[in-house]
Amino acid sequence: MATLLLLTVILINFFTLGSARLVACIRAVAVQGALLALLPVVTHGVNGHSLLLGAGALLFKGLFIPWLLLRAIREVRIRREVEPFIGFVATLILGSLVTAGAFIFADFLPLAAEHHEGLYVPTALATMFSGFLLLITRRKAITQVLGYLVLENGIFIFAVLLSAALPLMVEAGVLLDLLVGIFVMGIVLNQISREFSTLNTERLTALKE
Amino acid sequence: MVARLLLQLFILLLFAPLPLGVINKTKALFAGRNGPPLLQPYYDLLRLWRKGFVFSRTTTWVFLAGPVVGLAVPLLAVQLIPFGGLSAPVSFEGDLILFVYLFALSRFFTAVAALDTGSSFEGMGAVREVTFSCLAEPTIFFALLVLARGADGLSLGALLGPHLAGQWQGEGGAALGLILVCLFVVLLVENSRIPFDDPNTHLELTMVHEVMVLDHSGPAFGMILYGAAMKLMVLSALLVRIALPLQTGSLILDLVLFLCGLFVLAVLIGVVESTMARLRLPRVPQVLVGTTLLSIFALVLVLR
Repeated sequence: MATLLLLTVILINFFTLGSARLVACIRAVAVQGALLALLPVVTHGVNGHSLLLGAGALLFKGLFIPWLLLRAIREVRIRREVEPFIGFVATLILGSLVTAGAFIFADFLPLAAEHHEGLYVPTALATMFSGFLLLITRRKAITQVLGYLVLENGIFIFAVLLSAALPLMVEAGVLLDLLVGIFVMGIVLNQISREFSTLNTERLTALKE
Repeated sequence: MVARLLLQLFILLLFAPLPLGVINKTKALFAGRNGPPLLQPYYDLLRLWRKGFVFSRTTTWVFLAGPVVGLAVPLLAVQLIPFGGLSAPVSFEGDLILFVYLFALSRFFTAVAALDTGSSFEGMGAVREVTFSCLAEPTIFFALLVLARGADGLSLGALLGPHLAGQWQGEGGAALGLILVCLFVVLLVENSRIPFDDPNTHLELTMVHEVMVLDHSGPAFGMILYGAAMKLMVLSALLVRIALPLQTGSLILDLVLFLCGLFVLAVLIGVVESTMARLRLPRVPQVLVGTTLLSIFALVLVLR
């Protein structure tokens, strides 16, 4: 069951790397977040801690943040990512290389014996790297926010492995951080689009005289 | 041995046009039409067979070689592949490479026959067809590698042996699911179905496979249609066997099971064709690269 969830997570990584349609990308990341919300319950069984963790993840990653993003793109009226820094096919190939690398790398890590089996660690690494790739290769600020979200999803998978040892406050802090980050990015998005009437972040790299 | 060979041929020749009828019926149901009768592909073949040949004066023997090779190749390829629970009549180490390149041979001759007419449209279609299939080839090979990892031989018969049922339940199940999706996409590409090509389109600029066979007529065109139907059935047999690795031991029951699998697959193709729009041409290579990556990923999963 957990294996199936993690495989779907990796497939969604590929989809977001290869798709140009922003709405579809946001939905895919929302589904990824919702699937990850199931992960604590599947891994640690039904108890208060895992249920709380799952509910928090579902609420923020699966519903609230995607809703914010969808509203944001409705306001700034963009539909697709045009001309990323590296083409879609090239990012897909990079993404799969990185995923394969994550699988190989995870075998060399000095992990606890019970974490060696299963797909948790490689999936976490692959998801984090995919998030990085999205952040690096896309021009539009909104796709970069999505990359940030995917990156956080990868960290979340790691956290699920440790959640028996990790206090709930830390998790809550991470989710809160994420939410504040998205809020700030939403405001920045609006500012960029008002200033330049486009969302390309490369306009921000040039200094004004 | 000879009896099994003949049985395999008989099944193929008899049932090959039927999945096409099922696909068309499914599409008609989705559109709310009555649609052509289930046996319409058979009637079409019969009608074409009774017509005469028309040859352009610019063409050579290559023009006729296309349909003939297109008809002969599936008849050879089918001997390498198990039909459901029936084992493959001919099987030797490494025959999976022969299987893939037999279809490449038929594609080569179809493309050459198209170029032989000298029509610019047919050349365009040939270019597209060859491009797509060369992008689909890595996917097939990676998928076969995934299968070979779990098998104890390198023949298609061993790859698609009864151990698949155990593999589905064990660790390799996820990888099998992935390559099943990849092979389904390859099936759609190779048989020029929507979303990659539309078998019903009649605008030269948008056609891929159909434009290559535009100049063939009468029995030659019938041979092409029959060959295409058999190719669809042979490639479907591969998918059905991976998805449904049951083996009852009784010949009749295995055969019925296989035909049911074929029927379900044909309905599935019909559903995909009715619910999806055709992809823009530049999107097709992207999708094929995507499936290649998926199958590589499946390989990583089983190698782990």
